[in-house]
Amino acid sequence: MWVFVEDSSGLADCFRAAGEPVWSLEMSADTQPERRPMTAAEWDRIAQSPIYREMVAAKARFVVPATILFLVYYFALPILVGYWPEMMSRPVIGVLNFAYLFALSQFFMTWLLAFLYMRVAARFDTMSDQIVREALARQGRE
Amino acid sequence: MTISLFMFLAFVAATLVITYWSAGRSHGAAAYFAAGRRITGWQNGLAIAGDYMSAASFLGIAGLIAYYGFDGFMYSVGFLVAYLTVLFIVAEPLRNTGKYTMADVLAYRLRAKPVRAWASLATLTVSTFYMIAQMVGAGALVGLLLGDVGVGYVGAVTGVGILMIVYVVFGGMLATTWVQIIKAVLLMSGTLLLSVLVMAHFNFDFGAFFTATSQVTYQAGGETVTQNFLNPGLYYKPPYGALDLISLGLALIFGTAGLPHILIRFYTVPDAKTARVSVLWAMILIGLFYVMTTFLGFGAATIVGRNVIDDSGGINMSAPALAQALGGEVFFAFISAVAFATILAVVAGLTISASTSFAHDFYTNVIHGGTERSPGEEVRVARITAFVVGAVSILIAIGLGPGANVAFLVGLAFAVAASANLPVIVLSVFWKRFTTRGAVWGLAVGLFSSIGLILVSPSFMGVDGPEVAAAARRLFQVPTLFPLRNPGIISIPLGFLAAVAGSLLSREPSAEAKYTELIVRAHTGLESEQASGH
Repeated sequence: MWVFVEDSSGLADCFRAAGEPVWSLEMSADTQPERRPMTAAEWDRIAQSPIYREMVAAKARFVVPATILFLVYYFALPILVGYWPEMMSRPVIGVLNFAYLFALSQFFMTWLLAFLYMRVAARFDTMSDQIVREALARQGRE
Repeated sequence: MTISLFMFLAFVAATLVITYWSAGRSHGAAAYFAAGRRITGWQNGLAIAGDYMSAASFLGIAGLIAYYGFDGFMYSVGFLVAYLTVLFIVAEPLRNTGKYTMADVLAYRLRAKPVRAWASLATLTVSTFYMIAQMVGAGALVGLLLGDVGVGYVGAVTGVGILMIVYVVFGGMLATTWVQIIKAVLLMSGTLLLSVLVMAHFNFDFGAFFTATSQVTYQAGGETVTQNFLNPGLYYKPPYGALDLISLGLALIFGTAGLPHILIRFYTVPDAKTARVSVLWAMILIGLFYVMTTFLGFGAATIVGRNVIDDSGGINMSAPALAQALGGEVFFAFISAVAFATILAVVAGLTISASTSFAHDFYTNVIHGGTERSPGEEVRVARITAFVVGAVSILIAIGLGPGANVAFLVGLAFAVAASANLPVIVLSVFWKRFTTRGAVWGLAVGLFSSIGLILVSPSFMGVDGPEVAAAARRLFQVPTLFPLRNPGIISIPLGFLAAVAGSLLSREPSAEAKYTELIVRAHTGLESEQASGH
């Protein structure tokens, strides 16, 4: 049977919105039922459901701009350093130059985007759990 | 040197105990190939970090920064930013739709035989290049450290090879995971300790540290040279340096998400959410490590200097040489043991990814049409493959000898992964019209163009002057055909183009019909492989 258990993977808890429990659907170990595989019509039905489309759209709203942002930010580094080395060698803080500070900032950009993704992904999990729950309930009725 | 020997043996003993413990828990295919899918998020994060930070990171990048300053740091940046590709695009769909290997995702809606055969070839190629680089590094390191107790290069390579065979053959993915976790803890603490000692040397005055970095002096050709190591351009020089840097960046950013030994780690966790959490843990650890390469590399440049490093084993021994200068023999032995542990853990991860791919993709699915002829056959074949892969790598590493240029082998592995693996993974999940022909063309063109371009690049081809020693001479003594050392800027677009062209020139209604099923599974985890109950 399928049971809901409170998430125990640790880190996810640090990133969810406050007060909102993170639940995940897990198969309880004692009773693993033999379920028939989903049919093409059932997959289509999930794909056309409003909640599924809303989840995919929400994912795209974060992942597409975030991917473009990090690619532009990252490739600016080799391009600037490669083609304008003199400009990038100019000291900014003490002896620290543009090149080193920009390179160092890449670490913080990466961590920040990862952290933001963890935050929004908690919502995708809630939606995806609902989709799975509904699909399994429908399958159980048939 | 008895301290080094003692530390090596302590680490080896600990890992063998883990292997013995894991062997009793690795019955069945999911247990052997994917540790029962019961690894937790933070454990898998540590294991990914342990799988990823190789000899090229710890010894190679520290050495590059120690010799060439800022340009070496460019590797550190790329190695971390690459994880955003893994996090955003690859980790969750892969966990939700696959079973044991990268090819599972491709074979989901394409014709299994051609796709798995080519994916398996790409996996074996990437793993072998990566592995030989690690073993040559291990042999050079251990041979240097333990040479006076009679352990030479050949003995060291053989020892590393035998250990990795033992881990993988007997302990499977569970033992490999724990070896990687212990190694990650050792590597992080060793690097942190070394960084603190570097700053203590400068009385924790960051201004003094960076001022020293901006005026590094060394002797070259009888003259004293002073360079600002914070400035770019000391390694990647005109006229092609800028393009080479961009090309390197492409290989790192898109290659990491195509490295088979990293990808299979996502099958060891219970679900996609845990896979995501594990990438975040890995990114924190890997990022901290690469930030600290600043202290390792610049510390070695300012406190030790390249002239001294040259006399104590060369560029790859920069971090151990720094440890010796700051902490004496005991610390030197500890850092060397950490480097050794680093290599062993990576090599074990590579071996299990290669043998899993051969057994699951090639043996079971290509040769025997997807069914095991007897229970447990797939695991048995994987164990035999691990043994063969280990033995072949020992022989090749001994054949290449300690003088082999190992950095480009790792670079080649990243370039092949980025050009062959990543395009087909992305297109199979996100493009409905993708076909078997597209996958085969993408894998084949990505694989051969990246290898071909490396063979005609300055790493392999070029006319050496008479002053260059025989061991350092390039393979082909004719003018270079391709000016860049990093092929990514050409081979990655070629891989993508071939995959798209192959798809557009063929129709596969069965693949299109299964697309909805694949993408819904990728997004929701419905019907994904479950953790085994205990």
